[in-house]
Amino acid sequence: MAGTEDTANNFLDALLLALDLITGLNAGLIEIVGLSLSVSLSAVLIAGSIGLPLGAALAVYNFRGRQISIVLLNALMGLPPVFIGLTVYLLLSRSGPLGALDLLFTPTAMVIAQAILITPIVAALSRQTCQGLYEIYQEQLRSLGATPLNIVLTILWDARISLLTAIMAGFGRAIAEVGAVFIVGGNIENFTRVMTTTIALETSKGNLALAMALGIILVLLSIVVNGVASITADSVSRSKANR
Amino acid sequence: MNILPLTLKNVTYYSGGKQLLKCNVTISEGPNTMVLGPNGAGKSIFLRVCHGLLKPTEGQVEWTGKEQDANNPNQAMVFEKPIMLQRTAEENLAYGLKLRKAKKDVIKQRVSQVLQRVGLTEAAKQLATSLSAGEQQRLALGRAWVLEPDVLFLDEPTANLDPGSTAEVEIIIQEIKKSGTKIVMTTHDLGQARRLGGDIIFLYGGALKEHSPAEKFFDSPKTKEARAFLNGEILWGQD
Repeated sequence: MAGTEDTANNFLDALLLALDLITGLNAGLIEIVGLSLSVSLSAVLIAGSIGLPLGAALAVYNFRGRQISIVLLNALMGLPPVFIGLTVYLLLSRSGPLGALDLLFTPTAMVIAQAILITPIVAALSRQTCQGLYEIYQEQLRSLGATPLNIVLTILWDARISLLTAIMAGFGRAIAEVGAVFIVGGNIENFTRVMTTTIALETSKGNLALAMALGIILVLLSIVVNGVASITADSVSRSKANR
Repeated sequence: MNILPLTLKNVTYYSGGKQLLKCNVTISEGPNTMVLGPNGAGKSIFLRVCHGLLKPTEGQVEWTGKEQDANNPNQAMVFEKPIMLQRTAEENLAYGLKLRKAKKDVIKQRVSQVLQRVGLTEAAKQLATSLSAGEQQRLALGRAWVLEPDVLFLDEPTANLDPGSTAEVEIIIQEIKKSGTKIVMTTHDLGQARRLGGDIIFLYGGALKEHSPAEKFFDSPKTKEARAFLNGEILWGQD
């Protein structure tokens, strides 16, 4: 029974510590949270600007190999972060093809790895959303004289609220992953240490309460970001209706 | 310059190895052309081939004697079930004009003019998808009208509407005609065909059976299929 009590104590300690860390505005914590957010949001920005149009184009353009591309894209959604981390590591390492850029163990490397991780997710979900709207729109838009490019842009605009889900799915995956940022960032204190790598580190050091407290903050952060996105979507759709 | 006459030269359309349309016809400027025929006769396919949404399997679709491979900017189509862009009513009207790179003030002026003509000025800022079925169909007509096309294809524009909305839509169709647009429309409603029709194209089993002035068609149809159709005898689209 001692184990259960320990766990319960750990949870309680963790909650108190989380509260303490948040209310105390601990400088170290703010730095870690800030880096987590800025790395993952940058990755989302890149993934969105590639993934959304790519998904919409896959929904609209009909070309040889389209079906295979879609299958491949869906499969890429499940890429393991450690594999991406390792690939980016090899590319950026001193002897690798992009070694000259000197990016390994920097936040930029972490952004690159996360962007690679979530671009397929954003693109695949965007493809699905856009395809649904395309099937409704296509005859009417072609009738009005729209080119395929016009159609892609129209669908991206009209589906923008649904597409937010694709973006949030990408963000969720990015902020939560640990394998890729660990490998390419190196978990260097005050430089490339983010929430997930800190949690892994503190767990391995036995600081379970601190690790759990950080975990709780990570979950709260995720809820806040999703909440902001959903409120934004709501107000956009309301203003769309009443303008 | 008007893009009519429209000529379908030895046009056939196949889908899944089955011939769904086979016809030779010329549609000229003038009164409304009504396309009649039982279900499955190929009316919708006929309109889509004319409009350019479907490419004929064989034969040519010619406007003023020239073959068209892409959509012609001087024609428009309204579908049986209106497809509304998820935007406001006025943005739906402006969409086609923007594609044609019309100037902002021109768009503004034409959109507000057409909104008024289709009785939707009040609904200008409403989301189009939230309008009633009748309003949506009027907006769809407006969206075509605002382009000032030479030809407007209408596919059963009143099939899903109640009598009141049907009457409103018919009035708008006549207004569009008066403004100089040729109307080519399919309908199930023989009364509507009599009210609106100048000439009748009768399709049966994917083939053009008759093309004659409305009066002549209704008084003395030439083919036995058309006679059976007008008498309300059950008649399937295929032989």
